[in-house]
Amino acid sequence: MDFDFSEEQRMLADSLGKLISDRYGFENRKAYAKQPEGWSREIWAAYAEMGILGLPFAEADGGFGGGAVETMIVAEALGGALGLEPWFATVVLGGGFLRHGADAGLRETLVPQVADGSLLLAFAHTEPNARFDLHHVETTATKDGDGWVLRGRKGVVLHGDVAGKLFVTARSAGGVRDEAGIGVFLVDAAASGLTRRGYATSDGLRAAEITLDGVRAEAVLGDAANGLPLVKRVVDDAIAALAAEAVGAMDASLKLTLEYLRTRKQFGRAIGSFQSLQHRAADMMVALEQARSMAMYAAMMTDEPDADERARAMHAVKLQMGRFQKFVGQQSIQLHGGIGMTMEYAVGHYFKRLTVIDTQFGDAEHHLAALSEAGGLFQAA
Amino acid sequence: MDLRFNDEERAFRQEVRDFIEANLPPETRERMAAGRTPTKDMVVQWQRALNAKGWAVPHWPVEHGGTGWSAIKRFILNEEMQQWPTPTPLAFNCAMVGPVICAFGTDAQKQHFLPRMKNLDDWWCQGFSEPGAGSDLASLKCASKREGDHFIVNGQKTWTTLAQHADWIFVLVRSNPAAAKPQEGISFLLVDMKSPGITVRPIITIDGAHEVNEVWFDDVKVPVENLVGTENKGWDCAKFLLSNERTGQARVGASKERIRRLKRIAAEAPGGATPMLANPRFRDKLTEVETQLKALEMTTLRVLANENKRLGEGKPDPASSVLKIRGTEIQQAISELFVEAAGPYGLVGADPEQDRWNEPELAPEWATLAQPVYFNWRKQSIYGGSNEIQRNIMAKAFLGL
Repeated sequence: MDFDFSEEQRMLADSLGKLISDRYGFENRKAYAKQPEGWSREIWAAYAEMGILGLPFAEADGGFGGGAVETMIVAEALGGALGLEPWFATVVLGGGFLRHGADAGLRETLVPQVADGSLLLAFAHTEPNARFDLHHVETTATKDGDGWVLRGRKGVVLHGDVAGKLFVTARSAGGVRDEAGIGVFLVDAAASGLTRRGYATSDGLRAAEITLDGVRAEAVLGDAANGLPLVKRVVDDAIAALAAEAVGAMDASLKLTLEYLRTRKQFGRAIGSFQSLQHRAADMMVALEQARSMAMYAAMMTDEPDADERARAMHAVKLQMGRFQKFVGQQSIQLHGGIGMTMEYAVGHYFKRLTVIDTQFGDAEHHLAALSEAGGLFQAA
Repeated sequence: MDLRFNDEERAFRQEVRDFIEANLPPETRERMAAGRTPTKDMVVQWQRALNAKGWAVPHWPVEHGGTGWSAIKRFILNEEMQQWPTPTPLAFNCAMVGPVICAFGTDAQKQHFLPRMKNLDDWWCQGFSEPGAGSDLASLKCASKREGDHFIVNGQKTWTTLAQHADWIFVLVRSNPAAAKPQEGISFLLVDMKSPGITVRPIITIDGAHEVNEVWFDDVKVPVENLVGTENKGWDCAKFLLSNERTGQARVGASKERIRRLKRIAAEAPGGATPMLANPRFRDKLTEVETQLKALEMTTLRVLANENKRLGEGKPDPASSVLKIRGTEIQQAISELFVEAAGPYGLVGADPEQDRWNEPELAPEWATLAQPVYFNWRKQSIYGGSNEIQRNIMAKAFLGL
């Protein structure tokens, strides 16, 4: 067991950190958010140049062979910057389907396009009645000749407004809530029958509602009736990446708060000299350190081959991350007082991002129920 | 970064399990698994077995009997002992005064005391707290006066854990009442409990147990060679000792063992129409605490891994306060869940001082012990620097407030 970064990992963290401190301050971010797509194409190009976008893919496919720890490093850095770009949607989610589900031919075609920044991806899965249940799929896939035709509605598709291709879940067999019968299909965003309506999410990122009205899929990943294990695999990777992103955001939010406690004066002294606020800040640090541990645990467990064991771990991660990020986010605002409520100041944006992360791929309560149902983390004696 | 136990670490874990199985009497395990504290004899037997194996004090410097292991290997040994469960090597000897003597003691002190500590030939206790000096330890008043080759000690210590078993006590005394700062006039003395003038009076805690005591000093003569470190610089020893104390308080293995046992119990414990474990409200609380424990486990490993690098700096990781706070909160939360699982039969008053009081059985032993343990464990967030003091430490040492 070894918690140190390798030389390469340290270089990755340093160079990404430098890019962010040079070009992704909070004022830069405000400007990027106002661009037509709600994020910066220049930054995206810089990520491609640094190798961030091709990082987790195998070298044979045109990537750089990074693993879970490299993804953790990138996610944490982007979390600290409140990154607006579609890295999570394209590289973690879309990239996850390419890595875990696509055949060699598809990987050979698409991975280089992801790595050079020309192809954006999205994962169209959530549906209006599904809430957080991955197996709830009403969208249908009907066999038509040697291909599949999709019909249905997908909601809150992160960066679905700009993606060039989407991985769409649809049911080829079974009832709406059956675990079997779900397939993962690759769909071109320009395909006939696909319409999308983009909008800003509450944390200032972008998403889309997507309607599929007889859309012909380009490919199916694996078995059209047994795609749920693949979805779960990708979602587990996503939970690990979100945990690291949340750690970056919590760390930045706590730093801002501590700085404020040291400098803000009331009653003739720095408010950080008051014990009630010191203890609150200490509790925030406890939460952050625990969160950091959970993000590392998540990274470690993404490679766990036993799917049930991996799922239990990710339930635990998402549950505890939900608790920690809510506490740090809320208290960051509270300790700032009024200024924390303003749109012009960064801390409220961290709070909003942390709130959204909790609701992505299941909130704390969802994962609490799921883990309890699965018998918890530790076996009975 | 590789966050998995490697082959060597896994093999070591198995070696530890085999050693415990071969050397721990089953009655010790049974008593501890029921939630009762081990007897003095049980503690002594186990520590001597560990010492014979060379495992009693792995964290001490190698020249004094340490093993030179990585922090992770030490974690594995502790975790396996706590999960079994076995008695803990006596903290006063191994985690507190032993390292102080290794770091600050004279050669004669090292040669005489350290081998006896490791083997539990001497049972040590800790004379720090006083009625007027709890969290504000530096305000202590128990006084020593130099007279020729002796210090004469007068005063009172309190909350002295297991002083009734002790052969020796390490004591903080005020040796210079005129010092500019309270921390500057304190010395660290080693005192034979058989010295004339020492009186031990039991304090019975709310669970009914005799665990802590008052220790009174009335003109107790202590030879000057029993001074540790420099006269009036005892606070340095105390700070060193207290920071070492905190990393041990996470007790991850012990909490895992308690959770596993609670799951087995709750699968059968009556909860109305279904067992307690089938009650979603109870189960969710259990899930919440076990995931908190997973986060604490990872944090402990991070702190320990870091400790290897910090070796030689002589300073503790400020994150040890995080471990103390979370470790004690989690242990207390688990003790509450035992109370909840026990339900009405939890109010049968167990007598922790009496063996076999529950024969014939009035209620399962775990149920009758649930409340006493819960009562007793309120101490955890108080001792070793209360959790509020830990937050003060973090604010100053870590957060720059």
